[in-house]
Amino acid sequence: MTRAITVSGLHKSFGRTRALAGLDLDVETGEVHGFLGPNGAGKSTAVRVLLGLLRADAGTARVLGRDPWRDAVEVHRRIAYVPGDVTLWRNLSGGEVIDLYGRLRGGLDGRRRAELIDRFELDPTKKGHAYSKGNRQKVALVAALASDVDLLLLDEPTSGLDPLMEEVFRTCVEEERDRGRTVLLSSHILSEVERLCDRVSIIRKGRTVESGSLADLRHLTLTSVSAELAGPPDGLSRLPGVHDLDVRGRRVRLQVETDKLDGVLRSLSEPGVRSLTSTPPTLEELFLRHYREERAERNGVAR
Amino acid sequence: MSTLAARTPRYSRRLAGTAALLRLALRRDRVTTPVWVAVNALMVLSMPGTLRNLYGTTAERTALVDQLATNAAFRALIGPVFDTSVGALTAWRAGVYAAALAAAASLLIVVRHTRDEEESGRLELVASGAVGRRAPLTAALLAAAVADAALALLVAAGLAGQGVGGALAFGIGLAGVGMVFATMAAVVAQLTRSARLARGLTAAVLGAAFVLRAAGDSATGDGSSALTWLSPLGWLENLRPFADERWWVLGLFAVAAAVQGAVAYALAGRRDLGMGLLPGRPGPPAGRLGTAGALAWRLQRGGVLGWSAGFLLAGVVYGGLTDGAADLVGDNEGARRIFERMGGHHGLTDAFLASMTGMLGLIAALYVVASVLRLHGEETSGRAEPVLACAVGRLRWAASHLTIAFGGSVLIMLLAGLGFAVGYGKEVVPVLGACLVQLPAVWVIGGVALLLYAVAPRLAPAAWGVAVAVLLIGWVGPALDAPRFVLGLSPFGHLPKLPGGKMEWGPVLTLTGLAVALVAAGLAGLRRRDLAG
Repeated sequence: MTRAITVSGLHKSFGRTRALAGLDLDVETGEVHGFLGPNGAGKSTAVRVLLGLLRADAGTARVLGRDPWRDAVEVHRRIAYVPGDVTLWRNLSGGEVIDLYGRLRGGLDGRRRAELIDRFELDPTKKGHAYSKGNRQKVALVAALASDVDLLLLDEPTSGLDPLMEEVFRTCVEEERDRGRTVLLSSHILSEVERLCDRVSIIRKGRTVESGSLADLRHLTLTSVSAELAGPPDGLSRLPGVHDLDVRGRRVRLQVETDKLDGVLRSLSEPGVRSLTSTPPTLEELFLRHYREERAERNGVAR
Repeated sequence: MSTLAARTPRYSRRLAGTAALLRLALRRDRVTTPVWVAVNALMVLSMPGTLRNLYGTTAERTALVDQLATNAAFRALIGPVFDTSVGALTAWRAGVYAAALAAAASLLIVVRHTRDEEESGRLELVASGAVGRRAPLTAALLAAAVADAALALLVAAGLAGQGVGGALAFGIGLAGVGMVFATMAAVVAQLTRSARLARGLTAAVLGAAFVLRAAGDSATGDGSSALTWLSPLGWLENLRPFADERWWVLGLFAVAAAVQGAVAYALAGRRDLGMGLLPGRPGPPAGRLGTAGALAWRLQRGGVLGWSAGFLLAGVVYGGLTDGAADLVGDNEGARRIFERMGGHHGLTDAFLASMTGMLGLIAALYVVASVLRLHGEETSGRAEPVLACAVGRLRWAASHLTIAFGGSVLIMLLAGLGFAVGYGKEVVPVLGACLVQLPAVWVIGGVALLLYAVAPRLAPAAWGVAVAVLLIGWVGPALDAPRFVLGLSPFGHLPKLPGGKMEWGPVLTLTGLAVALVAAGLAGLRRRDLAG
């Protein structure tokens, strides 16, 4: 399978601020790839480099097999972009803007345009200044989704949309994936990522800290186990991968790295298990762990 | 809540937060306002010295005043003169233009802190604080008042040597014109939803005030025409600074500002945040715009049409004044020297035509800067980003706006030439040539604006500074008898003085080449740099 986006070792600084510090990112053709990270991690900077709006200081980026800086126009013919904060011309109607963007890309599918306007419940006759934030977002979304392109770059595209419209958006992205299009989706809405994304990359401080399928990533995190045993537990604290062990008589609560679960279960079953609950890691925990690490590091530096 | 309401008087609740907003406004204007005020004050305060150089003796000044009394064209341009003192001549020569500058600065300040804030959505967050309904408007008017008061103080102090009463009347009169247009901008900013439109409409009223005063003054020699009295710019001359001041005229400024201010407050109290009183219309559900060029034209066509109408009208008006103007200057050695420095040595009619076409060229430089900086506005507002994320190359995007900037400058100068043909009717081809010969210098200013935007985008607004500097060199330089190298700093200083003078292709081609080089360098720089998101 060819890759829609390959990025390796990307660096970008603005004056003394380092926005990207060795970013790696691989997006396979035909997948929906989640792009996550705390505020200020460099997500939007990375997207702008992929659009050829910013020039990387070092590292390589290929979009649809081309250099996004040098071949910007050729690349742009095959991609559609939705920013997280859409600004419109105050005296152009939404319909005019949708058609403009469509024509400026590779063309617009008229039937799909009409269908999307209907599904997003957008009034295309309003002027740019009269739209709310969510409706401005819809204008850009309709223009992108109705465009005849191979790759969608969506930078927090649902900001300002109501839950019903978020649902419409998710269905649309699934349709895009079924049609073989590639989507890079930067988002903070974890349920959205969980439902839509085949793989995710998490970035922090301009560097990729985790990349893989959600199943892979889950594997890296902790499962919480609580059990009531027939006899006193023994040897749990010596097991590898066990954290936050809390033993109160015969009741045991602990966190264990998911790939070390076998050892814990064996050790628990020796005295005999009366009851057992095990909670798999949620996506929230996965992200919060990464996000928190950054805060901890930041605080550590501050001190 | 009810206890609060009981304790605080109503007016103070409506004004809550004014002090903080005023501090914010002054902080945001900490560069522009002092520059406006200083440039305007310098222009006024340089006058007495210049006039003393040109008309040193009372006899010379008396001769000038006598000629002015009989020349309608010159009165239309500058206004009538009421006394032979240096002070009265200063108020005459600088009055209309200093007042127009104060009016422009005041209206820009008010719109910037009212409708601009509202349109951008910034006011919404501000207004959600403990900020009274009238506070933003009050802070904006106070910010304009601070600027106008500073101007009044500088002018009054600087001219006090010519007579304290006259200096005071002139300074306060300038500030009065400023505040009339500040409060007018406050009214218009309540009506329109767009700050650009509010600025345009108020500026159009300022233009109309200029035309009314000019028409009135060409009809009567003492400012007594009803048309003159309709224009706030006419009130300033009727205040008669340094010529037995008519202090009661200051009451007109006060009444006008108070009435307009009251209307603005009444409107502001009745309407919703972000809304105007002029209704919006829906647009088409589908569009035909399909290229970067079509988009640029759609965004700039209103501006191009406005400038075109203005230049055509200016050509007609100045063309109509041409015959009379030459008669006036004829007899005074000093005035003739100024005109010749501005316009060349070949007959006064030609010199007048040359200085007027030159002035339109200087103003066209403002158009080209505004048009080129549309690129900057599109980029900083975030509207350029999604367009450039489509299959639109940067160069094509930039070229679409530059075509309108540079092509538009040709169009408006052509229309000015046509206007002269209508208003003056003689020398049609030479006058058209005189209009077009300005273009290479206009283009150089456009090239500088592009280069600034492309290479140092944060400094792009400095292009306005360049245009204003060129305007001042061209306008005030000849009157001040500025050294040749100063006049040479402006590209307009190198143009042949047409009509009448000899056409010199050397400087024209050099300036054109320079403009091409600036544009090329700008485009090369734009290709290499990061775009702001």
